[in-house]
Amino acid sequence: MIEIGFFYLFAGMAVFAALGVILSANTMYSAMWLILCFFNASGLFFLLDAEFLGIVLILIYVGAVMVLFMFVVMMLEVNQAQKREGWLNYLPVGGMIALILFVELVAASTSGIFSTGEMAMASHLGAEVNNTVEIGKILYTEYLLGFEIAAIILLVALVGAIVLTLRERKDAKYQDISKQVKVRKEDRLRKVSM
Amino acid sequence: MIPLSNFLIVGAILFSLGIVGLFLNRKNVIVILMCVELMLLAVNINFAAFSHYLGDLGGQIMVFFVLTVAASEVAIGLAILVAYYRQRRSIAVEDINTLQG
Repeated sequence: MIEIGFFYLFAGMAVFAALGVILSANTMYSAMWLILCFFNASGLFFLLDAEFLGIVLILIYVGAVMVLFMFVVMMLEVNQAQKREGWLNYLPVGGMIALILFVELVAASTSGIFSTGEMAMASHLGAEVNNTVEIGKILYTEYLLGFEIAAIILLVALVGAIVLTLRERKDAKYQDISKQVKVRKEDRLRKVSM
Repeated sequence: MIPLSNFLIVGAILFSLGIVGLFLNRKNVIVILMCVELMLLAVNINFAAFSHYLGDLGGQIMVFFVLTVAASEVAIGLAILVAYYRQRRSIAVEDINTLQG
């Protein structure tokens, strides 16, 4: 019973926070609402016996991605008044697309296909089952190739983000390594007769 | 015991709100990126729910990969945004029309 209560708490807060993300006028407030949404989604993950993912969601999203968002929001100067002007013009078409998709998704998920057989009586695992250990066992064996590809994707994203934002300053002093290596004694040493 | 459809409906609500947000915040690329994050979160909730109710850990591994791709997508997207802002002093979607798209 208490589990259902927590489910409605986390789900309701997540939906409320998502509404805040898309409706707040200030971009910084949107980022704050998104952080609340991630915390509640992490609570839903805990209810689904996915403790490792719940922690990882908070560490990666709240700790890294949203901080990145906030830095960019603070760096760029966005005109708030101009941003909001005419923002409801697109509500009818966007709302209609979202509504149709939502009705279809709900119809599919409540059609009864997902409440038959073993799916109807999935029970929680015992306290002796360690979710992190289980994920590690399967991630480093069966999904090893995907894991390595994910690592390469992260490396490429890291290099790409640095290359995109790197700015060569004209007034800064740089070392020219090849010039330094090529230098000879005669270039720098001058004998004067006293 | 919470039925599986409850989790799927939460995912559907979050995904639809992400789509509405895409249309509402057409002037601000940062909020559009946040809405994409919201939609990826909805997909992650569905993956984790199916993983639990089917008793298969593969779903949680997929969430792990989606997280990886989402993080690199945000990093690259925001880097492009910062580079573009340096050139044009604006990030409104209407102003991004150099390629006549």
